[in-house]
Order: sequence, then C-alpha cells, then structure tokens
Amino acid sequence: MALKASDLNVGDTYSESLVEDLKRTQIVQYAGTSGDYNPLHTDEIFTTKVAGYPTVFAHGMLTMGMTGGMLTNYVGDGRLTKYGVRFTNQVWPGDSLTGTATVESVEDGIARFAVETKNQDGTVVLSGYAEARVD
Amino acid sequence: MAADKFPVEASHIMMFARSVGDDNQIYYDEEYAKGTEPGTIIAPPTFAQASAQFDPDYFLRPKVGGDGWFGSGKEPTGVKKEAGGGGGGGGGGGLHAEQHFEYHRHLKPGDVLTAETKPGKTWEKESKRAGKLMFSESVTEYRDQNGELVITATGVGVRTERPVDS
Repeated sequence: MALKASDLNVGDTYSESLVEDLKRTQIVQYAGTSGDYNPLHTDEIFTTKVAGYPTVFAHGMLTMGMTGGMLTNYVGDGRLTKYGVRFTNQVWPGDSLTGTATVESVEDGIARFAVETKNQDGTVVLSGYAEARVD
Repeated sequence: MAADKFPVEASHIMMFARSVGDDNQIYYDEEYAKGTEPGTIIAPPTFAQASAQFDPDYFLRPKVGGDGWFGSGKEPTGVKKEAGGGGGGGGGGGLHAEQHFEYHRHLKPGDVLTAETKPGKTWEKESKRAGKLMFSESVTEYRDQNGELVITATGVGVRTERPVDS
C-alpha cells in the first residue's frame, strides 16, 4: 500500500509506537544480526566499569531500524529512496519509543518527510528525514 | 565497512527484521511477498549495515581464535590499560552520530554485494555533555552482482573526550 500524492498535505503526521520497555535481550538480538558486538551495547561490566556509563545502551542503528519500520509501514514496501538520521540522545533499556514522520513536501512523485523518534520523557533520540516515491 | 562479498540471504533478513521489531511479513514470507508491490522478499531499510558480518576486518566483532577482545571476561576489559590513557568515550571506536542511506533499489535475497568505503570529511566540536567531539565521515558504496550501485551509505562516527552525560 503506497501513498498517493493527492492524499498528502504538508504538515500531515504519522506516528507509531516502536517499542515499549526496551529489553536488553533485544539489544543482544540486534548485535547478533547486525554484527556490531561493541560491548557498550551488551556487556554491563565493561560498560559500567570501563566505559563509565550507567548501563548498556542501544545501538543507534537499532533505533534507526525500528524507526525505519514505522516509515515503511507508512510509505509502503520498497518505496523509500532516502533515509538519514542523527542520533541525538542515547536509548537505554526500559525506554519506550515513538516514531513520527511529518510531510515536508510533495514534488514530482517524491514525498519528503521529517522523521523524529522520542522516548517516554519526550526527549528526541533520533532526528532525520526520509524521501519516498508516491503515486 | 568493506566487504568483497556480502550475500543477501532470506534467513538473515528474517533475523534482522525480528531484531528491529518489524513484523512486516514481506521480510518473512516469500508467498506473502509475491503479493506485494516489490513482488519478492526485500531487505528492511537499514539492513545494509549488517554488511559488518562480511567485513573480514570489522573491529567490533571478536575474531575466531583471536585475543585482546576489549569486552569483559575475568577482568572488566580484555585490554591492558595504557599508562596515561584517558577519555576516549569508553573505547569501542566511539559512537555513531549519523547515518544516511540513499536507495537506488532495494536489496533482495540472491543479491551478492560488494561494499567499498572511502573516508569523508572530519570535523571537531565542543559539547557540554561530552567535552571535545571528533567527527569523521565515511561513505560506503554497495554494488550488486552486475556492478550496479544499489545503496550509498554515509556514516558519521564521533569520538568523545569523556562519556556522554545523560
């Protein structure tokens, strides 16, 4: 199900809950599939005693991946042409995230969206953009 | 990320989709995928990052038979502390600051990609939460079995002077 340009208005938003109470096990799962075994994400002892963080934290790319699911649910399968983000704050075990896409423009069959993911406190953890082909 | 051969496989796509909590059946079920617009299983938007699995020198993966992995074992880290070494944001090559993908087409099982990475810009910034920040950009071009450019990925890494205050 792809979007129709004629149905989109600048300022329209689409939101999804990405995760409730993020578990350390999901971070381990992501380490396994992505191949990024940085112990900052999975090794509590290293992360607290050596790196100096309060606990392990999610890969930025896990948040980008979860946010990407929201985007493809919205724009349709195989429709993304660009997707880029900045990781603005860390995501911790126990966090609940909500991702939002906001229509910025629709031109020549391409819709551009502002993309933002916030945690349960309203802190922005990911901020970026996406572009998708629309009908 | 550099890889001479990154085979895109359906089971890897399934596991990757699970790990990002995405239950879109286009990533799991070939029959379902036939009825979608792409008409085939495709990879989720950030899947190209898993090319790390096929980078023989990827430094965030313990090497088979290798030693010196910096995660904990008997000690909190397997790396000997260097005298006078401070900061660095907790090892591990810093943190991921930005990631950008440009999709020329979407990946599907059966694709065999190459990934070639070139260094991009570097810059510095002062921050209250982590001291001096040292940014470096890298641009990775993913090409398919026909030599066609399929994804351009730009990553920005940051090394921090001290752990980021939360």
